[in-house]
Order: sequence, then C-alpha cells, then structure tokens
Amino acid sequence: MAMIRLERRADPSNFWRYGAPLVAVLATIIAGGIMFALLGKNPVEAIRTIFWTPFTGRNAAYYLSQLPIKAAPLVLIATGLALGFRAGIWNIGAEGQYVIGALSGAAVALALYPMEGRWLFIICIAASLAGGMLWAMIPAVLKVRLGVSEILVSLMLVYVAENILASLAVGAMKNPEGYGFPGSRNLSQYPAVANLDIWSGTGIHWGVIAALLSVLAGQILLSRHILGFQIQVAGLAPRAARFAGVAPGRLVMVCMAASGALAGAAGWFELAGPSGIVSVDFNVGYGFTAIIVAFLGRLHPVGILLAGVLLAVTYVGGDVARSSLGLPAGSIQSFQGMLLFFLLALDVLTAYRIRIGRKARA
Amino acid sequence: MKRRSFLAGTAAAATAAAAGLPARAQADKIKAGFIYVGPITDMGYNYQHNVGREDAMAHFGDALETVYVENVPEGPDCERILTQLALDGCDIIFATSFGFMDPTINVAAKFPDVKFEHATGFKTADNVAIYNARFYEGRAVIGHLAGKLTKSNQIGYIVPVPIPEVIMGINAAFIAARKANPDVQFKIIWIYDWHNPQKEADAAKALVEQGCDVLMQHTDSNAPITLAEELGIHAFGQAADMSAYGPNACVTSIVDNWGPYYIERIGMMFDGSWATSDQWLGMPEGVIVVPEINANIDPELRAEADAIRDSIINREYHPFTGPLNKQDGTEFVAAGEVADDGTLLNMMFYVEGIDAELPS
Repeated sequence: MAMIRLERRADPSNFWRYGAPLVAVLATIIAGGIMFALLGKNPVEAIRTIFWTPFTGRNAAYYLSQLPIKAAPLVLIATGLALGFRAGIWNIGAEGQYVIGALSGAAVALALYPMEGRWLFIICIAASLAGGMLWAMIPAVLKVRLGVSEILVSLMLVYVAENILASLAVGAMKNPEGYGFPGSRNLSQYPAVANLDIWSGTGIHWGVIAALLSVLAGQILLSRHILGFQIQVAGLAPRAARFAGVAPGRLVMVCMAASGALAGAAGWFELAGPSGIVSVDFNVGYGFTAIIVAFLGRLHPVGILLAGVLLAVTYVGGDVARSSLGLPAGSIQSFQGMLLFFLLALDVLTAYRIRIGRKARA
Repeated sequence: MKRRSFLAGTAAAATAAAAGLPARAQADKIKAGFIYVGPITDMGYNYQHNVGREDAMAHFGDALETVYVENVPEGPDCERILTQLALDGCDIIFATSFGFMDPTINVAAKFPDVKFEHATGFKTADNVAIYNARFYEGRAVIGHLAGKLTKSNQIGYIVPVPIPEVIMGINAAFIAARKANPDVQFKIIWIYDWHNPQKEADAAKALVEQGCDVLMQHTDSNAPITLAEELGIHAFGQAADMSAYGPNACVTSIVDNWGPYYIERIGMMFDGSWATSDQWLGMPEGVIVVPEINANIDPELRAEADAIRDSIINREYHPFTGPLNKQDGTEFVAAGEVADDGTLLNMMFYVEGIDAELPS
C-alpha cells in the first residue's frame, strides 16, 4: 500500500529552515486568494491591493509612513519573545505585558500632568519597561518555583490585564475633562510625554528607533554574549545545557523579564503616540501577532525585522482592501493567521523528509 | 479599482464635463465613507448605521457612491482608516462611534476640504459636525411597558459603560416604570462592553436568577432577547428591531433610524450648503423609532404605550419632566419644568428611588 511517511533527517535541512518562510508566504497568497474568491472578490486584485498599494499609487507616501508605525511594536515584542522561544520558554502573554507596560507609563504621565520637561518621557519609558517586566515575572516565578506552565499563566494574564485596562479607562484614568466618557487624556497631545514622529510625516517615532536598537542588541546578544550562547544551548539540548552550567530557572527569569520589558515598552510607545488614549480598545493584538513575526523571522533578530515589515504591509494593505474592495475584517485576520499555520506546517520539513512509497523496509 | 479611484479623485468637475453637463457650484457626484466600530451583522447599533447608509444610497441612486469599513477598533488604527477614506476621495465621512472622536478631529485638520460627521461625541470643527440620538425618549415608552408587565417588580437592565447617554437611559426608563408601578425596582449590571453576546447572556441569566422577569438592555447583541424567549419572559430590543429573535419575548424595540439624517446631510453636500452643526435628534424627527408593540400584549397597555410615544413625538411630553430628584434627594428639575440638554448630557447620577450605586 502506497503511503506517505515522515522520516527524521539526520541533520536539519538548511534549505527548509530558510525556505519555509518564503514558501509559507506563497502558500498563504494562494490559499488567501481562494478565500477571497469564495467571498466573491477578485483574488488577484485583493492580493495586489494588500501587497502593492502600500508602495505604489498616489497615496503611497502616506501608506509608507504607516509601515514603521505598525512594524515597530511587532518587532520590539517579537525580538524579546524570540529569546525565550529559542530556549524553549513560551511567553504567550506578550499582549498582557504590552497592556500593563502602557498603563505603567500612562500612570506616571497622568500623575505628573501637566508638568513640563522632556525627561518625563524617559521616566515613562522606564516605568513601562518595569511594568511589562513585572507582569511577565508572575508566570516566570510560578514556573521556576512551582513548575506551573508559563504558557497558560502568561496567556490567562492577558485577560486579567485587559480587565485592568477596562477598569482604569472608565475609572481612575478617565479624563476629568471628558464629560464622563471613558478614556484618558490624550497623551499624544501632552508635549512632555508625547511620542510623535521624529521627522514629521515619516511615521518614525521613538518606538521605531527602540525596535531597531532591540534588533541590534538581540543580534549582538545571540552571536557574541555568553547569555546568547546559553539560550541557544538550552533550546537545542537542555541536558547538555545543564552540564555546561546553565541554570534553567535563571534562564526562565531572564528571558521572561526581557520579553516582558520589551512588550511593555512597545505598549508605551503606542499609547503615547499613535493611540494617545487609554481606552478599552487600546490593545489590538500586537502581542499575539508578534508570535507570528518571531517564527516567520526564524527567531532571528534580522529575520524578525523583515517579518515585522511584511506583517505591517498586510495590516496597512489589508485596511486598504477593506475599504476599497469591501473585504471583511475577519478575512484579513484569517489571511495573517494562515501565514503562521503554513509556516508551522512547513517547518516539519526542516527536521523531517517526506517519503512516498511502500512500507517495505523498516 | 484604479478606475474607481480615478473617478473619485478627479471629482465632480471631470464627471460633469464628461457627461456634457455645465459646471455648477453644486456637486453632481458625492462619495461618502462610513466607519463602524463593530460588524454590520451585529443586528444592532452598527447594523442600523449601515441601514442608514443603504437608505441614503437608495435615495440618491448613482449620484452617490459609498464605501464603508466595519470592525474599526476605537484605537490607533481608526486614524489610519479615516485618512485612507479621505485619500480615496470621500467628500464626506461618517464616523459612527464615540471612540472615533479624537482621530476624526485629527484627520479633519489634515483634510480641510473633506467634511466629517461624528456620532455621539462632543468635539466639532469647521469641517466636523456632530450628531446624536435621544435614545432616552424610547426608554420612557419601554419603561412604562416594563413597569406594567413585571409581576415580581424586578426589572433587569444590562448596560455597557457608565456614560451620560447610558445613565440618562436608565433614569428615563426608571421614571416611567415608577410612574406605571410605584413598587418597581431596577437591577443593573455593567458589562463594560458594547457588543459581547457572551457577557450579555451571562448578565441576563444572573438578572433572571435574582428574580427579574423583564429585561432591558443598552448593549447591542440579541443574546438577552434570545434568552428571554427561552425562559418565557419579556425583553426589549436595542438599536434594531429584535422581534425576530424573540417573537413572544420581544415587547418592542428602540430602533435607531439614521437614514433621514444621512440623507439630509449628504443632500447638503450635493447643493453645497453643508455646514458644521450639532444635532441631537429623537422621536419627533424619526431618528428614534419605537415599532409596533407585540400583539401578545394586553391591548389596553399597548394603547397606553402608544399614547406616551405619540406625546413625545408631538413634543407634548418630555421624559424628564419635574419634579425630579437625584438619588441623594436633591432636586434637579423643578415641578412643571423639563431638564435642559446640558443637564442631560452631563448626567452622572441616578434619580431618586434607584437602589444601586453608580460605578465611579
């Protein structure tokens, strides 16, 4: 009987390690095209709108300026997540750390309002780093002390964070001049803490600079620092890592702290700039999309940068497709989700090869 | 797509020239954009705004082109989507949710030639008008019905967030219910969400377990109506006519009917008379509609409710007619007077008799 088998490769395939993301993008375009066609839209036009309008056409200058705004939080969060993912530490709750980081920065800014001084911005960044880090410490400590799954705890804490956000947006952080409506003061209109474009109209705010710095730092850490070596070894061979003197508990704490802090900072940069207001709907899923970005970028800082830009294109182009072609919002999210789905499926090919034939020899 | 944006981009003059029409000050073709906070299939608030868009399309025919974007979060993405609509050549853009307020003001400042209309907010500009509906007028009608229909004297009320619009709705319903039935009491659950079928169903269940036999809601899903139908109790639809989800349970609904407003404002774009304004429209203007009351309700009670509805439509009765006291016993509307709009729009208190605490 002819059958399909998976056979473990002696060595992981380098072709598939780097080829899988490209094939996954192609497969997503094909499957997404089929989905758009089933929705009654011209698939070629839909794909072209998503991937080309941000770069061409008469409004390209505006769309291009939106790419860094969308990519920055994704890259910042994904760079942190990748450290843990490499070591087999699964922080799924970056979304919650993003929210708590933003709220920590906002708490400082709103408490000191209307104090002047650009140094306040630095204090707020520090607060957001600390807030995101502390939120990530909850699953880290539970993991190290009690062996509780960090996957579940970090994920559940997203919902806790969202409820804290909702409660503050309609309660303690509500704009006293807002006629009772939910939502805080607009922090992007508070000059001391506003995270505006450094060069007007480019979309490059301080969060973009931070994202680029995090990529650089991640690259140096992984290639030149002993901690980077420990992370890599712990992920590839946990037993060997112990012999090499890696303390697993310490590694969990460090990786969770780093990813939590970066997610927290991403939240603050977003809140003080593009978003402006602490509102119930402040978070839009960057913490989850960053997981796609991390894997699409092969957990490699430079790869994450490229993957972040690609996902940003699907966001910006996807919104264009929503208004110009009337695509439903859910179809764009499905399109992004397919990317991770195909990538994970194709990743099997890195470690295994497909054999088609009779099951004759064992 | 290219051709569509070309047409829109070159706007009225080119179209008029191509059609061989003389150039006039008025526009011959208008493109209107709409953004909705939720899905147009919510069968509630967003659905009704989209019905208003369709009404406008039916009214103006080919002269009006519309685009819409649904599920726009009230966060950073809203500003980009508004900008995109303006860049795509929309002449007028309707931002239909409160949380779009600051993004609308920001984008309007960058596109002085595009007109913006923001629903339920309070910030205007030369090219930003605001509009809102007097939802509380419908509450007075259903409050009376609820007060008469309850046997346990407990009315359950599911509410999203404590803002004046919602609080004045609770108060208007309570004033009417107490008038109809002096023993009535409200049980109120805040879910901090405008459209969340799961939370709404949970809240409805909790209210029924606490003894409520009539449900009201200021949230947008039909989940409470569906539950009321299963349990054989009464409920009232919100934003859209929800009778299909509870043929027996749904007494009536408070329907948002935006069509007349959208037709009026887009019409002003055609004749060049658009100017910023601040309009708060209700049952007299047909923007709030209470459809026919369920035939399973006692005819006498139906007639009472119809009379209240007609008296509001004819402006003979105001749901906030004094004497009215706040929860703490202090008077806020004197006998024979009616609450002014400023009082209503800043209403952050319950009226006397409500046995609950307003979340801060």
